[in-house]
Amino acid sequence: MTSGRAETYPLRRREVVARLVADRGELLVVGGLGAPSWDLTAAGDHPLTFPLWGAMGGAAMIGLGLALARPTRRVLVVTGDGEMLMGLGALATIAVQAPANLAVVVLDNERYGETGMQATHTAGPTNLGAVAAGAGFPVVGDIFDQAQLEAALPRIRAEPGPVFFNIKVRAEDLPLVLPPKDGVHLKDRFRAALLGPAAIE
Amino acid sequence: MNSGAAQDWPRDIFDALAALDVRQVAYVPDAGHTELLARCAAARAVRMVLLTTEEEGIALLAGAWLGGERGVLLMQSSGIGNCLNMFSLARVCRFPLLVLVTMRGEAGEFNPWQLPMGRNAGELLRLAGVRVTRVDEAEQVGPAVAAAGRTAFAEPAGAAVLIAQRLVGVKSFDG
Ligand SMILES: Cc1ncc(C[n+]2csc(CCOP(=O)(O)OP(=O)(O)O)c2C)c(N)n1
Repeated sequence: MTSGRAETYPLRRREVVARLVADRGELLVVGGLGAPSWDLTAAGDHPLTFPLWGAMGGAAMIGLGLALARPTRRVLVVTGDGEMLMGLGALATIAVQAPANLAVVVLDNERYGETGMQATHTAGPTNLGAVAAGAGFPVVGDIFDQAQLEAALPRIRAEPGPVFFNIKVRAEDLPLVLPPKDGVHLKDRFRAALLGPAAIE
Repeated sequence: MNSGAAQDWPRDIFDALAALDVRQVAYVPDAGHTELLARCAAARAVRMVLLTTEEEGIALLAGAWLGGERGVLLMQSSGIGNCLNMFSLARVCRFPLLVLVTMRGEAGEFNPWQLPMGRNAGELLRLAGVRVTRVDEAEQVGPAVAAAGRTAFAEPAGAAVLIAQRLVGVKSFDG
């Protein structure tokens, strides 16, 4: 296990994610594989959350397809720094499409948590917020503490985007809280909840 | 309808996609898709989504389907190699995935760097659980896309149409 500054970051991912989806209303949520999806499940499994168990590098693009299909609904992607790093090009693709209703939030623990807490590029010189800004996201922010999180929450939930926030969270191993694993079930429950039961007949 | 000489297969694809109610067109450009891309870009109901790499399109179209929209993914054969792990998303969740591939690396190809994926794209798709239809005749292209799309969206499942290089034309320079 790598040690470094991330062990001392004040924000705790479970609490951050609970705040991100609190009183979620009409929010549609995509969770990046592994820990971000477990965090979302700990905050409350929901049919309008699509938690990934794979497809590493694809979370933000799933959010884009959904945001373009349902322009009147807010779409929130919650993913990890490792997952985002595998699909950095998605940030450019999203910026070109410029969906106002999409927010991408990275829980940046500077680690590949699922695979043994190895350091990611963000433990070194890489700054995902700067990448998103360079890709062309009009709204970008870095969050290190509770006050910044509180200020960002309404922007994540409502500001015309696309919105990107990188949240530095403590590198910590947490108990697994697993969502359903069957991909067809996850897809069908999402479509039924969003589009009505006829969508899965 | 086309009664003249050469069949306008890009127009036939466009008509088939319109009939399928395809709304999101995801692509990494290929010279072979030039006319189709231009037709799609001119259609008001269609959203063109330029990708940085083909695998993005698989995730995009999964999200589109979650939101109730249909899409298509356009690429050249080398793009299949960029998609392999992301095909798992479509397969495991049984998302519809309609992929139209213009082939390179076939007879007359001058660029040897196109040969590996030109030879293997079809088999890799099959291994990834995507149904594959190959078309060598211009008048087969439109019907093949219509049929592949119908099953892809009805099943739902992955379906790819591989368009032979001889229909696309053999490039004599660049990659
Ligand atoms: C294509 C692919 N490569 C590698 C893995 C292994 N893997 C699973 S989760 C993960 C780390 C994810 O890290 P991050 O997104 O930062 O999430 P964290 O657990 O740190 O919050 C990796 C490398 C995988 N599932 N798929």
